[in-house]
This record gives sequence, structure tokens and C-alpha cells, in this order.
Amino acid sequence: MINLALDVGTTAGPESVLFYLLAPLSVLASLGMLLVKKAVHSALLLAWVMVSLAIFYIAQDALFLGIVQIVVYTGAVMMLFLFILMLVGVDTSDSLEENIKGLRPIAIIAAIGFGGLLISLIGRATFNRPTIGFILANAGGNANGIAEQLFTKYVFAFEVVSALLITAALGAMVLAHSQKSRSQFAQRDLSIARFRKSDLKDAAGLPGPGVYALHNAVDVPALLPNGQPAPSSISAVLQARGDIIESSKYQLTQEEEEK
Amino acid sequence: MSIANYLYLSAILFTIGAIGVVVRRNAIVVFMCIELMLNAANLAFVTFARINGNLEGQVVAFFTMVVAACEVVVGLAIIVTIYRSRRSASVDDASLLKR
Repeated sequence: MINLALDVGTTAGPESVLFYLLAPLSVLASLGMLLVKKAVHSALLLAWVMVSLAIFYIAQDALFLGIVQIVVYTGAVMMLFLFILMLVGVDTSDSLEENIKGLRPIAIIAAIGFGGLLISLIGRATFNRPTIGFILANAGGNANGIAEQLFTKYVFAFEVVSALLITAALGAMVLAHSQKSRSQFAQRDLSIARFRKSDLKDAAGLPGPGVYALHNAVDVPALLPNGQPAPSSISAVLQARGDIIESSKYQLTQEEEEK
Repeated sequence: MSIANYLYLSAILFTIGAIGVVVRRNAIVVFMCIELMLNAANLAFVTFARINGNLEGQVVAFFTMVVAACEVVVGLAIIVTIYRSRRSASVDDASLLKR
């Protein structure tokens, strides 16, 4: 990268090698985040970006922040993201076609303008002094130094943030809590409902899955006496996922039946 | 290598996150892009702290992480609530105020 007016000193050799290896990869990963269709892939790419940022923090002598970045971001926050993805449905992949006409070109042009402004701003800035580095600040240990700042100068902000954390936890509990509008159906209620139906076809319960003689598994529909597969014998979740094996290949042939 | 390269990287990551917030429609992906923007800002904080040689930038980055964690918790709870009532996590479907 061309060094413009901002003269803040240079880094040692190993650090620049690390930077030139990891920075393009993290930019690529974040670009991939925009382009991939599935939200899970986006989450994994974001985790990669976060890990490489943690490596950058450690390379810059901000050890405590690097570890916190890994523990809090890639550990807790990304786990939460994947958890919610699981809850909301992994298969709800984003359709990438645009709803608002011309949004994408406008967004890309605006982003190029914005990024260009930021980069040219950094390029033009001058600090009139070289980088001091964390060597002096980290003299008593990085975590000790941060703790000293946190519990003296920023102690009020620290307390406010703790109140914010408690409020956020309570808010999440209130939002995620759902009141049941009716009590859950028990076995007795379900049985009564089956017998109250217009026809008594399913009164004894739905057939179980599996072709018992040859392939006894939950992903194979049971065969009816006339040789047809019974779709009601399979869980609706497996049907929606498409994880079903055709039961016709386990069907007995004419010769086998005669034996 | 100039230390300013970290700032350029931070600006690029921030811009990519901003595009993602505008372009993507899955609410969870939009949220992840916001996280990317916060992370990019953190990288700038740490780099400026290094240039100035004091730890205050690191403390601010630490606070940013805590606030981002709160934001994720509440935001994801909102997404789950919207999904529960509308069966969709797309930001374009939640446009009740428009009509």
C-alpha cells in the first residue's frame, strides 16, 4: 500500500508479513459474507474475520483485547448467532434478487464514495509525531494497565455498562418469553380429537415408519398392504428436509413373496 | 509497513459492513454486518491507541465490545420475536408501518 502523508512510523518485519497475509484474507472473507447465500456461511466467514482481527490486536501488543475478542466475539456472540440461526431456520436462505429497484448499484456507488472518503481522509491526516507504541504503557502488564484505567478513570462508565448488561439480559428475557394462549394437548386430548374426526381412518394412530422386514428406519415410509408407500408414517420434519429414502426399493418382489 | 495500513483495513471492513447492512435482506445477516462495522471501529481504536501510546483507546474498544454484546442479545431476541409472529426473518417483510 502506498504510504501517503500519514507518517506514523513503520512496523517490524514479522508484523508486516502477518498483516499482508491476513488483511487480504479478512477483506475477502468479509466480501464473501455479502455474497454467499446461506446465513450459516456468512456466520462462519464473520468468525474468520473476527479471529484475524484478534490476531491483529495481539500483534499490536493489545493482548487483553485480543483474548477478549476471541472469547467474547468468536466464542459467545457467534455462538449466539448460530443458535438463533438454528432457531429461525437454517434453510431460510436469502433470495439475492433485489426488492427495491436499483438499490444494489446505488449502494455500491455510495459505498465506494464513502470508503474512498475514509481512505483519503486517513491518507491526508498528519499527526506530526511518530508512533509511540504500547511498550511504555504495557510496562506493568497489559491487563493490569487496562484494569488501572477501568477502575479509576472510567469506573462510572464501567458501572453504567454493567447496568446496561443487566437491562439487556432482562430485555432479551422479556422479548423471547412467549405466553402460551392454551394449555398443551395431552395424550388424552389428542385421542379424543382423533375419535371426534369425521372418519375413523386414523383413530388408532398413524402408521409407524420403516419397512420392517428389510429396512427398519425412521426415514423410510411404511408400505401399505397394496404396496403403496404411506406418507403419513413419516415425520413432517423429515419430509420438509427431503431426508426420505424411497420405500419401493425395499418392496418384496413377486418371487420373494412366493418363497 | 506503515501502521496506517491498519487504519486502511479498518476503513475497508467498515465500508463492506455498511454495504451489507443496505443490500442484504436476512435480518440476521444484516446484524452480522453491523458486528463487522463495530469490529472495524475497534481495530481503528486500538491502532490509534498504539499511535498515541496510551491504553485509553483499548479501554474504549473494550466498552464497545460490551455494548455490542448487549446489542446482539436484544437484537436477536427481537428477530426471534418477529420470526415467531411473521414466520420470516426478512427485513423487507416487516413493513407494517408503511401500509
